[in-house]
Amino acid sequence: MARSRYFAYQLAFTLLVCAFLIVPVCMSVMAGFTNNFFKGITSGFTLRWVFEVWDLYADTIFLSMGIALACLACTIVLGVPAAYVLAKRPGRITRMIEEFLVLPLAVPGLAIALALIISYGQIRGFRLSWTFILVGHVLYTLPFMIRAVLAVLSSTDFRTLEESAASLGATFWQRFFQIVVPNCRSGILAGSLMVVTLSIGEFNLTWMLHTPLTKTLPVGLADSYASMRLEIGSAYTFVFLVMLIPLLMALQIWGQPRAPRKAVAEDDAGVVAARRRESGSQAAR
Amino acid sequence: MISGTSVSLVECAKTFPDGTRALSPLSFEIEDGETVVFLGPSGCGKTTTLRIIAGLESPDPGGRVLFDGEDVTQVPIELRNVGMVFQSYALFPNMNVEQNVAYGLKVRKLPGAESARRVREMLEMMDIVALKDREIDQLSGGQRQRVALARAIAVRPRVLLLDEPLTALDALLRERLRVDIDALLRRLGITAIYVTHDQAEAMALGDRIVVMSHGDVAQVGTPRQIYFQPSNRFVADFIGTMNRVRGFVSNGVVRTDAGTIPWNGQGEEEVEVLFRPENLTITEPERGHLTGVVETAFFLGDRTRVIVRGAGDTVLVVETSDRHEFREGEKVGLIVGPDMLTFPDGEAP
Repeated sequence: MARSRYFAYQLAFTLLVCAFLIVPVCMSVMAGFTNNFFKGITSGFTLRWVFEVWDLYADTIFLSMGIALACLACTIVLGVPAAYVLAKRPGRITRMIEEFLVLPLAVPGLAIALALIISYGQIRGFRLSWTFILVGHVLYTLPFMIRAVLAVLSSTDFRTLEESAASLGATFWQRFFQIVVPNCRSGILAGSLMVVTLSIGEFNLTWMLHTPLTKTLPVGLADSYASMRLEIGSAYTFVFLVMLIPLLMALQIWGQPRAPRKAVAEDDAGVVAARRRESGSQAAR
Repeated sequence: MISGTSVSLVECAKTFPDGTRALSPLSFEIEDGETVVFLGPSGCGKTTTLRIIAGLESPDPGGRVLFDGEDVTQVPIELRNVGMVFQSYALFPNMNVEQNVAYGLKVRKLPGAESARRVREMLEMMDIVALKDREIDQLSGGQRQRVALARAIAVRPRVLLLDEPLTALDALLRERLRVDIDALLRRLGITAIYVTHDQAEAMALGDRIVVMSHGDVAQVGTPRQIYFQPSNRFVADFIGTMNRVRGFVSNGVVRTDAGTIPWNGQGEEEVEVLFRPENLTITEPERGHLTGVVETAFFLGDRTRVIVRGAGDTVLVVETSDRHEFREGEKVGLIVGPDMLTFPDGEAP
C-alpha cells in the first residue's frame, strides 16, 4: 500500500514537471490560433495568423530547409572521409585534428560568427549570399557527423573488411564506396538527422551572419517576436514545431548509431539540448 | 582445378616503424600445390610472414616475394590474386551470402552468367547452397567461415592464405571444418599457406610445417619430422607434450633423480632427456626405469593421462590405455621407450 502511494507521488511530481515544461509551449501554440491573445480563447479561433506567417515568412522557411540540405550534403562529403581517416590512422596527430574539428562546439556561436565576419566579411558577394550562413552551419554541425560515423567505424573491424576486399581485387575507391561507406550507413543516418535538426534550429551563428535578405526561420522568429503581434510570433512557433518535431522523432528512432559506443550518441544529444536552451534564451531576449 | 603457383620468399625481414623486429631475414620455398603451415606462439612472426606474402605488408628493403619466379614484391594486394581467409571471417555485413561470394567476381567485372555459375559452384562445394540468401548476422561461426572460404576460392586465386581460420570456432566445429578444409585443399591442388598456433591443426593439414619462434624459423619439416625429430628444445616443447628429465650419462645409462634409463651412447656428460607421454609404459615399481608416485589421473575414455611425481621436482606425464584405475599416492614404475631424445644440458633452447 505504502509502495503504491509512493508511486502516486512520483507520478504526480513527474506530471507536474511535464506540465511546467509543456504548458508554455501549448499556450504559445494556442496564442497562434486565437483571434486576440489578450482576450483569450473567448475571442474565437482562427487560422488567419498562420496564413499571415506564410505570407510574411515563407521565404525564411524555404531558406532554412535549403541551408539544412546543403549543410547536410557538405557534412557528408567532408565528414565521412574525415571520420574514415581519423579511424584508420589513430595517433597523436589525428587526435589533435579531431580536437580541432570538435572545437566549434566549445567556442560560442557568436565568436565563430564574428571570426567569419572579420575574415571574410569584406568579400561582398559572399557576405551577402546565403552560403555565408552555410559555412557557419557546416563548421558547427560537422563534428556531429564525424563523431556519429566515427562511433560506427570504431565498433566494426573495417580494416580487416578492407583487407579482405583488397585480396579479392577491389581498388581503394571500390573498397571505400562498396565496403566502408555502406557499413557506416547507420552512423551517416544518425549524423544526418542531427545535422539537419541542428541546422534548422541554429540561431546564434545565423543571427550574426544573416542579412535582411537571408533570414532563416529562427532569425525570422526572433524578428517576429520583436516587431509583430504576439499571435503572429506564436503561429510562427507552431510552424517551427511542425518542421522540427518529425525530425526529432526520427532522431529518437534511427538516431542511435547501432553500437557499443552508445555513450557518444547520448553525449551528443546532451550538447544539442544545451545549445537549444542557449539559443532559446537568446531568442527570448 | 586451380593450377598451383610456387611461392618463394627471399631474405624477407620485417622491422616495424617503432624498431621492433617482427621477422628476421627469411628465405623459403613453397612448391606449387603444397600446403605449408606456419606454426608458432603469438608474436612469433607467422602472421607477418603471411601478410608479406599477401601484400598487406612489404618486406624490409632487400626482401623479395616471388610467385612462380615472377617478382611480385611491388605488386599491391589487389593485383596479386591471392585468396585470404581471416580469423574474424571478414565477411561484408552489407551483403548477403551470395553477394559476398560474388564480390571478387563483380570487382573483376566477370559477365553475370559466368559469375552466377561460379558462385553456384562455390556454394555447392562448401555445402552452403541453402544459405545463399541469408544475411551475415544470421549465420553461425562455422557457416561464416565456409562462406569466407567460398568467397576466397571463387576468384581462383594463385595462392590461398589462411590466417587462423578455425581459432574463433568451438572445438567440435573446428574439427569438422578442419577435415573439410583438408579435403578442399587436396581437391583443388591449390598452393595454401596456413597460419595457426594450434599444433593439432598444423599436424593434420600441413604437407610441411614451419615452426617459428621470435621472428625466426625454429624448424621446417613434415609433421612426422617435427614431432619425432624436433631439432631443438623449443620445437620439442611446443609440439605435443614433452617430459624432460635431467641426468648424468655414464656407462651406458642416464642417471636421474628418479632412476636410471638405459642409453646406448658413449661419453660422460650432463644431459636432458626428453620423451613423449606415449613413450612411457607403466609397470610395477620395481620393474621400471623410473619410479614415482601418482599425483593425479585423468580418465579420457580411450586412454588415461597420469601425472607422476618422481624423486625431486620431476613431474612426468604418462599416457596409457591400461584400464587400471590409478589412485593418488600409488607407487608406479615407468619404462622409457627407445624413442627418447637427449640434448646436452645447458644447450640454448
